[in-house]
Amino acid sequence: MSYVPHTPEEVRAMLARIGVASLEELFADVPASLRTRAELKLPPALDERALLRFFGAHAAENANVQTASSFLGGGAYHHFIPAAVDALASRGEFMTAYTPYQAEISQGTLQMIFEFQTLVCQLTGLEVANASLYDGASAVAEAALMAARLSRRTRIGVSAGLHPHWRAVLATYGEGIGIELVTLPLDAAGRTQTGALPDECAALVVQSPNFFGCIEDLAGAAKTAHAKGALAIAATAEALSLALLRSPGELGCDIACGEAQSFGLPLSFGGPYAGFLAAREKHVRQLPGRLIGESVDANGERAFVMTLTTREQHIRREKATSNICTNQGLCALRVTLWLALVGRRGIRRLAEQNVALAAYARRAFAKAGLRLPYSAPVFNEQTVEVPGLQARLARCRAQGVLAGVPLGRFAPEHANHLLVCTTEMTTRAQIDALVRELVA
Amino acid sequence: MTAPGRSGLVFREALLFESSRPGRAGVPIGDVDVPGVDPARELGADAVREDVPDFPELGELDVVRHFTRLSQWNYGIDSGFFPLGSCTMKYNPKVNEVVARLPGLAAVHPLAEEADVQGLLALACELEAALAEISGLDRVTLQPAAGAQGEFVGVRMIQAYHRARGDTARNKVIIPDTAHGTNPASAALNGLEVVELRSGGDGVVHPDALARLADSQTAALMLTNPNTLGLFESHVEKLAEVIHAAGGLVYLDGANMNALLGVAKPGHMGVDVMHFNLHKTFSTPHGGGGPGSGPVAVRNALAPFLPTPVIRREGDRYRLDDEFPHSIGRVHAWYGNAGIWLRALAYIRTLGAAGLAEVTSRAALNANYILESLRDVYDAPHARRVMHECVLTDRRQNEHGVTTADIAKRLMDYGYHPPTIYFPLVVAGALMIEPTECESQETLDGFIETMRTIAREAETEPALVTGAPSRPIVRRLDEVRAARKPRLRWTRSD
Amino acid sequence: MKDHEYDIPDDCQYTDSDEWVRVDGAIVRVGITDYAQSELNDIVFVELPERGRQLEKGEAFGVVESVKAVSDLLAPLAGEITEVHGGLSEHPEWLNEDPYGRGWIIALTPEDLEALDGLMSAAEYRAHVKARAGK
Repeated sequence: MSYVPHTPEEVRAMLARIGVASLEELFADVPASLRTRAELKLPPALDERALLRFFGAHAAENANVQTASSFLGGGAYHHFIPAAVDALASRGEFMTAYTPYQAEISQGTLQMIFEFQTLVCQLTGLEVANASLYDGASAVAEAALMAARLSRRTRIGVSAGLHPHWRAVLATYGEGIGIELVTLPLDAAGRTQTGALPDECAALVVQSPNFFGCIEDLAGAAKTAHAKGALAIAATAEALSLALLRSPGELGCDIACGEAQSFGLPLSFGGPYAGFLAAREKHVRQLPGRLIGESVDANGERAFVMTLTTREQHIRREKATSNICTNQGLCALRVTLWLALVGRRGIRRLAEQNVALAAYARRAFAKAGLRLPYSAPVFNEQTVEVPGLQARLARCRAQGVLAGVPLGRFAPEHANHLLVCTTEMTTRAQIDALVRELVA
Repeated sequence: MTAPGRSGLVFREALLFESSRPGRAGVPIGDVDVPGVDPARELGADAVREDVPDFPELGELDVVRHFTRLSQWNYGIDSGFFPLGSCTMKYNPKVNEVVARLPGLAAVHPLAEEADVQGLLALACELEAALAEISGLDRVTLQPAAGAQGEFVGVRMIQAYHRARGDTARNKVIIPDTAHGTNPASAALNGLEVVELRSGGDGVVHPDALARLADSQTAALMLTNPNTLGLFESHVEKLAEVIHAAGGLVYLDGANMNALLGVAKPGHMGVDVMHFNLHKTFSTPHGGGGPGSGPVAVRNALAPFLPTPVIRREGDRYRLDDEFPHSIGRVHAWYGNAGIWLRALAYIRTLGAAGLAEVTSRAALNANYILESLRDVYDAPHARRVMHECVLTDRRQNEHGVTTADIAKRLMDYGYHPPTIYFPLVVAGALMIEPTECESQETLDGFIETMRTIAREAETEPALVTGAPSRPIVRRLDEVRAARKPRLRWTRSD
Repeated sequence: MKDHEYDIPDDCQYTDSDEWVRVDGAIVRVGITDYAQSELNDIVFVELPERGRQLEKGEAFGVVESVKAVSDLLAPLAGEITEVHGGLSEHPEWLNEDPYGRGWIIALTPEDLEALDGLMSAAEYRAHVKARAGK
């Protein structure tokens, strides 16, 4: 079974035109010693009916947030996705197009990305944004490498509140070119002690809200960084918070980066998501990734085109600002669709609902006698100390409740700490039930 | 035969921000069932922003029309023939979209407990096994989010391998001049120096040329096979011997795997590490430039260096293993682009072994058919059989002042997506044509006839070609203006 | 290849990486040649160095870019950068329009003016360009 259209007669006619007797002859350049003789050992082919049965059976083995009561967050968030997002993102003209190298027949993708770049600038309060990166983790890594190029320094101060997986990716990316990471601990309130930033750093990286849910003092971080000649990088895992919190740009940060999954991307077991990266205009030449610019066509009509491509690998090869070739085009489309559909008032409303739910949960936890280890304000997730956490989690699971992320997974000192996320998809009854299970 | 392109009604469409009307409501958003709070009181007045200035305010229908119209300005595989060389623009089966959207796959949180994601881990393992079988290598990671990230991972693992053996002086990567730009960029991102290897006059790399460059500082050879000229690197076994004798490893850029399915396995060629581009070979949507997926396959000797976490099967249970002392670490926040690798698995399961072999044989049939049908009017730099794609040039058309760019633009007027142009860099005025296996003889005949028409136009009416395109929504772009005064976002002009 | 003749003034000396040097009292001015600008096509960006920087001969001191090509600027002589033509940031097109005049890029105070002898004369550079264009 395959999607090839050739009839046997066509194959014969085409071989005749080429001047060979068989399909096999087309591979004459492959040395006989390399030619595979046996068929690949793969499971038998499935038609659509069998394929959907196969995947359906495996899908049924996973807990999904549409049927479970989920408090999982920690860098991937369950949010409302309007039906129109799927409907429009499924259009074949978007889905099956390629990188918009041929601008004349790619204006749809190009204008959409220009809109995406604009929306990212509006949310982050910065001046230039690229067309998206693989995910929030690689966006942080690329931001740090960008700062290293700009400052010609190799040390990066990293908040202990940065998502541990993002930090791990940053370490992997930085290792090859000699980037050294220095961790800045959190204070009792759950915020980064930015004063601990060493000298000679390229950048200070602070995530807000941080991995433990706490909203950071980005203005203070920017001030500290600048006093030491470092750039301030704000990372955001929960992009919805940008609709409500003062923007990184407004607070003095030089680079804002993070994960846009909250805007219309399904959880999908961690990908594909969309990393974003925004900066000041003066740093645009060191920005990695694709950029779309406005120009005109031969008739003087407004049109959009890939620009400043000399930064990129297909021209500058080993001297490029990054090795990235694609962006996350279809994900950027979903983000743009989501933001356009929800709009100015909708996004604010959703953000406020998230704050309200987190506040409700916070009071419910406190009332139930659960300790909240950090006092800093939170947006939609928070750390709760739950005595005997493992046993509690097992009970929750038995009830179909995905109670949150046990932070002991990341560091033993957080053994009884649970990261609980509440979004606009969470109901009061779900929160009440969770609290009951955690203290019962 | 009539070319498929004709003009039809398309719509003007302003930017979202220009169509926005203050006070217009978007998609309805109801209340939540907890008491509202004042964010300024809850979070501190200093923490909260006023508003997002100039953010769009549009109705749902406004947005639906906006993006429907934008989509109509695009050209996709679903629209027509898309022979973009090196990109493998094959049909993206619709059932794979249905698979990726099953709630039991799409609504699964990456931090759910292992016990709650057994189905996904089983599917991941099945894909890893299939890719290992196709590559002839031993172990696979699905973590890289795209081919370029796969290259980064593969090269990093090669470095880790050398270092673990105490072989710390290997800081160079040899890369042929036909390579994709990501190869040198990925090597540089790992702090390695790039040494360029010139390919021979016959378009392939020769072992003696390689032997002159390979030494005790060589970490790896990064090879694309078939190369970007569509030619099988026929000396590949010898190349691998040369590199291995110098103590280096062989990396294969798997961009052109569509030419090898069921024909030859990289593992048998002496390849130690390779990446796949699932969005090319295994038909996941290109999406206007991503998301891709770039799994990496390695020999057992490199398995200790795989990125974390690794999926392990223990009896009938699956486990995510982070305890991996020699791992190069993480490269993705989670487990790669799961929604994409699931589509690729759906494709592999639909085709099976026979179907995949058919893919490669028909891809070669189509590429050679185009080459044989056009080489009398367009120059072909290498008079050889090709695998899955062929390269022609504009040398003859240059005499009439017509260039490859012009030919590409003229193809649009006739309703075709142009081939890849000016790549590989080693061929002046290259037109790199990859028809894929999915196109029928009549589609190819239509394209061939159009290419011949354009060659005639170049001789008789070159202005038609140099002035193209005239049918798409816009004409040629002023790229110089875009680059001199970059305008990268919309701002309110009043 | 382009068939017209490139402007190669006799009062300059040249590098094989297509920079020109013109002596102007105790300093030398440096730019890129007509051939270089023509090969690059419309120049859209020039990355300029800091004034006061010491350059070794052959050291990269800047970059010129067109839409689809990038070229490093290499110091023809060792010396200190005493002037930088800041106007090019706003007007990269001057490099195309007037490469030997308004398109000058930096002025250097050479460590050793005699090092000029190591550069190509106009006649030598003309032959150099011709040899490459003929390839």
